Amino acid sequence: MSERPVLLAVEGITKAYPGVVANADVSFSIGEGEVHALLGENGAGKSTLVKMIYGLVKPDQGRMVWKGADYAPAAPRAARATGVAMVFQHFSLFEALNVAENVALGMENPPPMKELAAKIRAVSEEYGLPLDPSRMVGDLSAGERQRVEIIRCLLQDPKLLIMDEPTSVLTPQEVEILFRTLRQLSAEGTAILYISHKLEEIRSLCDAATILRRGKVVGTADPKTSSARELAEAMVGATLTPPERHGREKGRVLLGVSDLSVASPIPFGTSLKEVSFTVSAGEVLGIAGVAGNGQDELLLALSGEIAAPSDRVRIDSAPMGDKGPGERRRAGLVAAPEDRLGHAAAPDMSLVENAFLTGAIRKGLTKNGFIDWAATRDYAERVIKAYDVRTPGSHVAARALSGGNLQKFVIGRELSQEPLVIVINQPTWGVDAAAAAAIRQAILDRAAEGAAVVVISQDLDELLEISDRFAVLNGGRLTPPRPVQGLTVDEIGLMMGGAHGMEVAHHV
Amino acid sequence: MDIGGINLVVLVASLMVAAVPILLAALGELVVEKAGVLNLGVEGMMIMGAICGFITAVGTGSPLLGFLGGALGGMVLSLVFAFLTQVLLANQVATGLALTLFGLGLSSLMGQNYNGIKPPLTGAVPFGPLRDIPVLGRIVFSHDWVVYFSVAMVVLLWWVLKATRLGLIIRAVGESHEAAHALGYKVNRIRLGAIAFGGAMAGMGGAYVSLVRVPQWVDGITAGAGWIALAIVVFASWKPWRALIGAYLFGGISVLQLNLQAAGSAIPVEYLSMSPYLITILVLVIMSSGRGRAALNAPAALGQNFHAAR
Repeated sequence: MSERPVLLAVEGITKAYPGVVANADVSFSIGEGEVHALLGENGAGKSTLVKMIYGLVKPDQGRMVWKGADYAPAAPRAARATGVAMVFQHFSLFEALNVAENVALGMENPPPMKELAAKIRAVSEEYGLPLDPSRMVGDLSAGERQRVEIIRCLLQDPKLLIMDEPTSVLTPQEVEILFRTLRQLSAEGTAILYISHKLEEIRSLCDAATILRRGKVVGTADPKTSSARELAEAMVGATLTPPERHGREKGRVLLGVSDLSVASPIPFGTSLKEVSFTVSAGEVLGIAGVAGNGQDELLLALSGEIAAPSDRVRIDSAPMGDKGPGERRRAGLVAAPEDRLGHAAAPDMSLVENAFLTGAIRKGLTKNGFIDWAATRDYAERVIKAYDVRTPGSHVAARALSGGNLQKFVIGRELSQEPLVIVINQPTWGVDAAAAAAIRQAILDRAAEGAAVVVISQDLDELLEISDRFAVLNGGRLTPPRPVQGLTVDEIGLMMGGAHGMEVAHHV
Repeated sequence: MDIGGINLVVLVASLMVAAVPILLAALGELVVEKAGVLNLGVEGMMIMGAICGFITAVGTGSPLLGFLGGALGGMVLSLVFAFLTQVLLANQVATGLALTLFGLGLSSLMGQNYNGIKPPLTGAVPFGPLRDIPVLGRIVFSHDWVVYFSVAMVVLLWWVLKATRLGLIIRAVGESHEAAHALGYKVNRIRLGAIAFGGAMAGMGGAYVSLVRVPQWVDGITAGAGWIALAIVVFASWKPWRALIGAYLFGGISVLQLNLQAAGSAIPVEYLSMSPYLITILVLVIMSSGRGRAALNAPAALGQNFHAAR
């Protein structure tokens, strides 16, 4: 790849925000048609770096060179005119507008709508990304939405395509389609800057990798020849120990769900349809699925925020389907929802108050109807210590914590209540690799102590690592749980894609 | 064409006039809300337009300059709102309510010496012989220029919002300011423009009240028209044509109930006076209910402030 002419060279870029240096003296270069990976944990400075290339943020120091000439885009408009296009991590799409309108908004000089629609059809067919320009984006699946973003970029004939964590919302099959498109683009001479922390993807797709840690370049690697473990350790800067599984005996059934159907309280939500499963003491059930297939609703139905007929949900054999969250907590079920600010924690309340909100019942934090502040503070501080929550103290508002730290606090708060049943949605979302490993270990430890655990996640690797059994939510239906051992990624993909019949034919 | 002592042709012709203030204000607010800003200060901007327009028209003797003065007055007040909400990120609901109270008070102060004065007359557009066509001439060709302007604005805004790039950008900003920012659009600048436009339209609507409808200056002259304009925007599902229907309905019933009062109807005056407000709201509620989509048609970022956090 060294014989490729250099397209973009970044030289000594530095960008500081009050209190944080996001990028310190970062240099790297991309050749024409090269697929270059930017590898790093959350907060390593990857996003800031690409925002500077895309003209959203101005660097404090350093310079960029585009095909030998100085390159300093003042705004995304200038970057687009040069030939830089970007697919965002959190989609930059407008749900109430149709596909063609969304594409037009990302272009400098869009043609009239009719011509644009024809162009969208042509490009989407050329790259194997079928898309109807007149559909509302709000009605599209996550994979289709990403196609809108990609096609928006492709219509501008980019020389450099930046992709920020593109696969986090895709099924394995959709990832395959995406990679085929990216390889085709690369063969046509478009350079791709690929940001991810998913190492296997980078190894299968990228020609070169630059590894960032805490805003600095800590190394480069050839992803084709390095192992995933080498890349991960370069990224984290420490030796990673995979979670340790203790030998576990399966005990009695602690959580039983049978034939659970509830309507979704969320607008555009997915109702649960005839969900059935059981989890025994000491067991971890992993539930996968593309976002929006009933994960939030399942958590609500298990935590008690949506009521169901009483015998549909049983905690330690006691019917609990019509009971609220408080009674289910008393019976031994703790739940940690995905949305940390606003659902799992009250943003403007202190960590002590937040600890009280779910800990009051199981930890006995009230005395004669009054809050026992000493005990509550003590409990909050124990959680902070045990889960390495980085905060100036237990008095700060939940809002002030970074996402990863708040996640550690929320999970720790639930796991510290000696639960019988644990339900967690997205346990390590937005948490760096070391903290994620600690959270997974804590979950496994609780299971080893005899808790039944349900982990809902979109991170397949995580589920395969900690689960004993595995099921997929698809359109509000749950596939029958299957033992994780012997399960291949292909089979999981089929389960996620909704091809139930095929999966059965495959296996019987 | 007389029914119960009320001439239908005259009724239609006068409802078009009666609807102009709320139609103009509603169209302005529609654009503001499409851009994702909830400005509850319409009433305040209208009454500022009413007094500024009145003072300009009396001072210069030109009704046209009066309308421009009214638009300017409304726009200046809306820029206060824009500064507070877009630059200082104040709560839009509270700021809008304060704006109305402020506008009512300030206009009363400015209007101290203008009670009992007659403004210069805004004449009908000279259509010549066209005016003499029976029925049509009275309904279509007998109005002043502002009536035609208000209808033209309905068509213009419908077209701009639906088919132009400017309209697309305004809708995009109101739909998701985060996404618009990521694509490089200046969210707060676009909203500022929309707010100023909304202020100018409300101001013009107010000027029409004090220069044509009443025509003189009294305290609190707009009498809640701004609130009706706000309601019309919501129940019209943010569509210009429906805003026109809503405004004409309100204007029509206002005129009708006045005629009924004059004709000595048996219905008590209090009920007649409240009828335009009641019926307009009722009809628009029915129009926008039961479709599901109507409620979803609201701009998703409505009322939320945007700060580029990077």
